[in-house]
Amino acid sequence: MTASRSALWRDPALLIVPAIGFLAIGFVVPLVWFFIETLQEMGSFEDMILEAVSTISSRAVVNAMITTNWIALLVTLLTLFAGYPIAYFLANSDRLRFTLVLFCIIVPYFTSVIVRTYSWMVLLGRNGIINQFLIGTGIVDEPVALLYNKLGVVIGMTYVLLPYMILTLFAAMKAIDPSYVRAAHGLGASRIYAFRHVYLPLSAHGVLSGCLIVFILAIGFFITPALMGGPSDVMIAMLIERSVEIMLDWPSAAVMSLLLLAVTLVLYAVYYRVTDVRRMMGA
Amino acid sequence: MSLKGAIELRGVTKRYGGDRVVDRISLAIKPGEFFSFLGPSGSGKTTTLMMIAGFAAVDEGTIDVDGANISGMQPQHRGFGMVFQNYAIFPHLNVFENVAFPLRARRQPEEVIRKRVRWALDLVQLGAFADRFARQLSGGQQQRVAIARAIVFEPRIVLMDEPLGALDKNLRYDMQVEIKEIQRRLGMTVVYVTHDQEEAMNMSDRIAIMNRGRIEQVGVPSEVYERPANAFVGRFLGEANLLDGKVERCEGDQVRLRVGGLVLRAKTHGTLETAMGASLFVRPERVMIRAAETGGPGGNRASGQVRRVSFLGNIVRYQVEIAPSVHVMVDVQNSGRPPLAVDASVALDWAVDDSLVLVG
Repeated sequence: MTASRSALWRDPALLIVPAIGFLAIGFVVPLVWFFIETLQEMGSFEDMILEAVSTISSRAVVNAMITTNWIALLVTLLTLFAGYPIAYFLANSDRLRFTLVLFCIIVPYFTSVIVRTYSWMVLLGRNGIINQFLIGTGIVDEPVALLYNKLGVVIGMTYVLLPYMILTLFAAMKAIDPSYVRAAHGLGASRIYAFRHVYLPLSAHGVLSGCLIVFILAIGFFITPALMGGPSDVMIAMLIERSVEIMLDWPSAAVMSLLLLAVTLVLYAVYYRVTDVRRMMGA
Repeated sequence: MSLKGAIELRGVTKRYGGDRVVDRISLAIKPGEFFSFLGPSGSGKTTTLMMIAGFAAVDEGTIDVDGANISGMQPQHRGFGMVFQNYAIFPHLNVFENVAFPLRARRQPEEVIRKRVRWALDLVQLGAFADRFARQLSGGQQQRVAIARAIVFEPRIVLMDEPLGALDKNLRYDMQVEIKEIQRRLGMTVVYVTHDQEEAMNMSDRIAIMNRGRIEQVGVPSEVYERPANAFVGRFLGEANLLDGKVERCEGDQVRLRVGGLVLRAKTHGTLETAMGASLFVRPERVMIRAAETGGPGGNRASGQVRRVSFLGNIVRYQVEIAPSVHVMVDVQNSGRPPLAVDASVALDWAVDDSLVLVG
């Protein structure tokens, strides 16, 4: 008896109990309560389904979902193409250069998202630094609209989400044994051939994980699109906020939240499968 | 078979910071030769191989292959086959694609690839494993894949960096025999790095013994074993007795050496001066041991007490004290007779031709 009890107390699994408790109280309970409350407001089960269907198929939600997924896709691809070379550099450089570059990437993120978004607005505005430069050098005559449209949202979100991509890719690349690339060279492969046929495939799971993480984060984004987007670039999270705060239409907000949660969970399931496959590969 | 695959190192040096990890090495490896670099860790043997392979830059000196200087060439242009210490079997490719890799990198046509890979896999007896991945193979099988991948494009030179280091002892011997057999059949030059002296002696045509970035001796295995150039080689390769003494007199190629209170005779291949310090080298298996009363033939004689008896299976090793704190190791084949007891008085003798005077 005492033996099994003390064994239970020594189980390191106990250490995650506070975290799980916090998640349950701070996240699961309010979420469930929110759904129950709002769904009850709708009345019978039949009404609920009708309400849900009409909300999801409404023009606003369909447009927002298309915009959201499109922006999330663009942002994912941009972070991938910007992040891959940086992660490659980090994974293959000495300590000093690694520390320096990582410092430059991480430090801006110590300030709040709002501050960083406003600094982008200073850069991208009609009379912002970039437009002044473009007009000053004579590349354009009129200021380019870099803000309050899709371009602004994509630029801002790409910047905010880039570190997630870089760090995920970096972790995957750091796990690649450098002897594989060396072996490829030793067996006659050129730099490009070795990269395409050895390094890239070995980092592929990192690419997939990074893309999924960035995409999952991007579809739920709120602050950046709200501040940097135009009136036509409504993302689903903004629509939810509007329903709750302005329209006071909690049932629609609940349905949209569920929709977003469902999409996220599906993507997370894919992400989970991918990381599992990686472990199976032993890489 | 074309006579290609000669490697010549001239004054090759590698520096890390102020240290010369490889110090002005010069040697010529003949086409079709199985050549081993043998030495303790940190002796510079792997660095030397990495310079031949092109993964480490040559700081001084040149490396020629078939008369052409390759010192500055990128590894992928050198055209060597390589077997790495950890095999480096690509985990995302199956056995077939791993072996096909050097051919695909050389843009060979598909039917050539198919034929060559089949040939290489049959050579290492892995024909049935073409669809497997590295994680589904044993260590020995991964080793065979690495060898097949290194020879599939029929390079004239194959470099091997401690390829058997991770295998257990029995498998190791089998693989030694197999690698040697493949090398002999294909007539390629193999440059092999190992710290295992048995491995080097079993496979090599010639061995270079390395120590602290320098080559101590180059020669065929029996020569290096029987006539070591210095005390380091004698001690590193197999078991050896090295008895410290002083040169008493030189008579042609024979030397009289005073060890403790005894005067022993031995061969020399250098010039020695009277009264200089030197060591007498004799292999434990060349020393005869018998109970004290009986006299025997032989050039050098000594008597003493057995201080330790070690049973090693196929041999029994005695440690005999022939003078105060002068010990001689003697190996006797285990013939089934009961071994001599500790503290027994014994007589030792060995031929003058079996012993050498070494300096350093």
